[in-house]
Amino acid sequence: MEIKTDDYSIKYDSESDIIICNGSLLLNSSAEYAPILNLFNTAAEKQVKPLTLDVRKLEFLNSSGINTFTKFIVNVRKKKVLQLIAVGYGEIPWQVRFLKNLQRLMPTLVLKLE
Amino acid sequence: METQIFGHFIEESLGDMEYLKIGLLPNCLSIKQSWRANGLSADFIANYVHTFFVGLPKNTDAPIPIQSKHAVKYIANELLENAMKFNDSTSQRFIEIAFKLYNDKIIFHVTHDINSKNVEKLKTFLQQIINEDPQDLYFSRMEFNAINDEKGSGLGLLSMVCDYSAKLGWKLEIPKHDAPTTLTTMVCLNI
Repeated sequence: MEIKTDDYSIKYDSESDIIICNGSLLLNSSAEYAPILNLFNTAAEKQVKPLTLDVRKLEFLNSSGINTFTKFIVNVRKKKVLQLIAVGYGEIPWQVRFLKNLQRLMPTLVLKLE
Repeated sequence: METQIFGHFIEESLGDMEYLKIGLLPNCLSIKQSWRANGLSADFIANYVHTFFVGLPKNTDAPIPIQSKHAVKYIANELLENAMKFNDSTSQRFIEIAFKLYNDKIIFHVTHDINSKNVEKLKTFLQQIINEDPQDLYFSRMEFNAINDEKGSGLGLLSMVCDYSAKLGWKLEIPKHDAPTTLTTMVCLNI
């Protein structure tokens, strides 16, 4: 399952249990982010094994994008069954801060900062 | 005309400092084009500012220091997105974004018109940012947004305070007669 444009791509690979986010997310409002949130939630529904959210190649995320990720995290937290792992680069300050904010929302989120 | 100030507002100074100002007329473009122009303007500002940061030591303990190109782009883009979202559609005024570089800080000013009907709601939100703990407010907004869909997540300004250690201020210029109110948002970041 993949959403791909000139600016970004979001890919869920069910065999590798991973969602890979790429590029710059500068969409306008939650309506434009709805397909991405839908992909996240569908992936979470399908997963039996732990799911990895990889944002290493995510270059930019606006506040509506942050809102989309936090909606997803709150959704997963409510279900209480899925183990989520988030991967980012430890040397990119915004990725570190963003993932730590997600972990504050869901303390069971495992962070891997490379 | 009545002027009201909120937060740590610093007036735009016309002193002898490096500055850049960009004017956008949103009614000239489609929403999609305007939105794209936000990202391009923010990119340009981030690249421009970055040249002044090269070799400078980092003198702030902000979680995301302003020296990273991403930080300036994020702040400029959020300010422009907010201006586009809440600009009064009948206004002929340019949306202006200006920034000025000082030795120890960078200050952004964004000016646009808002519909006078939205002024009270805006003031309530500004009072919340000023009077409540910003971290608590940031996370409670995230929780609120997870189950509610409103125009504007409210996370942009809060993330500037919580993630970038920004100081924010606002100036409202309210006309006596029925006309749009002019809003200037100021963001100050230590370098």
